[in-house]
Amino acid sequence: MTPPLVTPHAPPVRDPAPAAASPPPPKIDVQQMSFYYGATRALQDITLQIHPNVVTAFIGPSGCGKSTFLRTLNRMNDIIPATRVEGKALIDGEDIYAPGVDVVQLRRRVGMVFQKSNPFPKSIFENVAYGLRINGMAKSRTDLAGRVEESLKQAALWTEVKDRLQTSALALSGGQQQRLCIARALAIKPDVLLMDEPASALDPIATQRIEELVYSLKSSFTVVIVTHNMQQAARVSDRTAFFWLGRLVEYDRTDRIFTAPAEKLTEDYVTGRFG
Amino acid sequence: MTALRGTGRGPWWSGDSRRRLVSAAFVAACGAAVLLAMVPLVMILFFVISQGLQALNVAFFTQMPRPVGETGGGMLNALVGTLVLTGLASLLAIPIGVISGIYMSEYRGTRLATATRFAADTLNGVPSIVIGIFAYAVAVLPFRQFSAMAGGLALGIMMIPIIARTTEELLLLVPGALREGALALGATRARAVFSVILPAALPGIITGVVLALARIAGETAPLLFTAFNNRFLSTDLRQPIASMTVQIFTYAISPYEDWHRQAWAGALVLVAFVLVCSLVARVVTARVQRLRG
Repeated sequence: MTPPLVTPHAPPVRDPAPAAASPPPPKIDVQQMSFYYGATRALQDITLQIHPNVVTAFIGPSGCGKSTFLRTLNRMNDIIPATRVEGKALIDGEDIYAPGVDVVQLRRRVGMVFQKSNPFPKSIFENVAYGLRINGMAKSRTDLAGRVEESLKQAALWTEVKDRLQTSALALSGGQQQRLCIARALAIKPDVLLMDEPASALDPIATQRIEELVYSLKSSFTVVIVTHNMQQAARVSDRTAFFWLGRLVEYDRTDRIFTAPAEKLTEDYVTGRFG
Repeated sequence: MTALRGTGRGPWWSGDSRRRLVSAAFVAACGAAVLLAMVPLVMILFFVISQGLQALNVAFFTQMPRPVGETGGGMLNALVGTLVLTGLASLLAIPIGVISGIYMSEYRGTRLATATRFAADTLNGVPSIVIGIFAYAVAVLPFRQFSAMAGGLALGIMMIPIIARTTEELLLLVPGALREGALALGATRARAVFSVILPAALPGIITGVVLALARIAGETAPLLFTAFNNRFLSTDLRQPIASMTVQIFTYAISPYEDWHRQAWAGALVLVAFVLVCSLVARVVTARVQRLRG
């Protein structure tokens, strides 16, 4: 599908953890997680740590479980009937699958952007204001307007829409709609932003803008991005996890995954021999 | 190219010419069937319009019926009565219908939802006269009094399944991605339904309500022994009330020429109301599709 990626100059080396004393505690710590759709085991004993203020990419062929795994991190899979999770997923040391966890609170802290942009059939302003309203986060009208503007600026959409905030979000282009969805997710100030193939339905230029955006977001957020586009993973991420048939095959710094993977399977995948 | 034109060999009934002939005959048969189906509609419209227009005037909308023997007058009481009855029916049916529609789509697959859907479909198929008898038994007999309330109840019962099923189907058309989007922002399930999913389906639901209104406004049977009829202008919900349909029925079976004309005028007004409802529904749907496109 994709040409071989192993070129000496391709992936920029961006070591997330400078050689300082002790690394910061992981933002997300998943321990031996398995996930079932009915009797089918879609994820098998996944264990990995996601570091704060880093972009982590999940790659792998279709159906390998990368999206399913992403959706376990804000419990979006809860809405699918007959699914079951085993193991633990700690965010800031708290198990999000422990009894008594408020899913609504969890999803406020762990935002999500979907593969297909899904703006609400409301105005641009109302789309971004939605999360602020339902979570009672704006103190006044001016506060609300300020937060909406800030989020749109963060998502690099403000200059394009500032004169038509009251028009329907559905009139925006595909790329703009996706950035609107990112702005909507950022507005409620999550700690973690999950992105499920956010650029897969977009043209190259719109994709580039999303990638630049992802790169700029990591200073304030922990970003986890699922992608089936390996060049994209190489461009935007600091760490990459390779999934295959519901297993985590390898997880390392992105440059190592793409230049010197430890597993044969990873190498075959990133060089385009399968998938 | 030559292959497309056929070989040109062999008798006409074989191969291409035969196939074309069969095709042409079939298209012609379909066209004839369509024309035949249109005939009753065109004739109804023609009769209602030609007869109704002769009797329709301002007095029809503003005056009360005159006593037998006097010509002129109007159907003000019946117009008001139909408005009151459809209003009562809407008050009853819109909340119940919309909420059960939400339940059926949100809790799809549960036993209660399946049972509700079955009940709604059954109720939709119950003859309107039976619903009239039911309303008579529960809302007329106990009070020994025909009333607008009983008529509204009968019409409302007819409206509920239409609105419930329309709401359910339109909510199911709302993309699941919108629900996920709302939930991912920390919305509760109820919040997602009322702030995102229901508004997205609202134009369609309004269309459904308007069509349901058009449907019940033309009902006569459920009103015959519930709302009954009233010669006088009344808005008292505990008293019998006139309605367009019952008035048309009464006038049409009477021996008086003038009443017949009034009945035609009433029929025209009813048909016009149904037409306007369908137009409103179409405009709303078209506008929504443009917005989504």
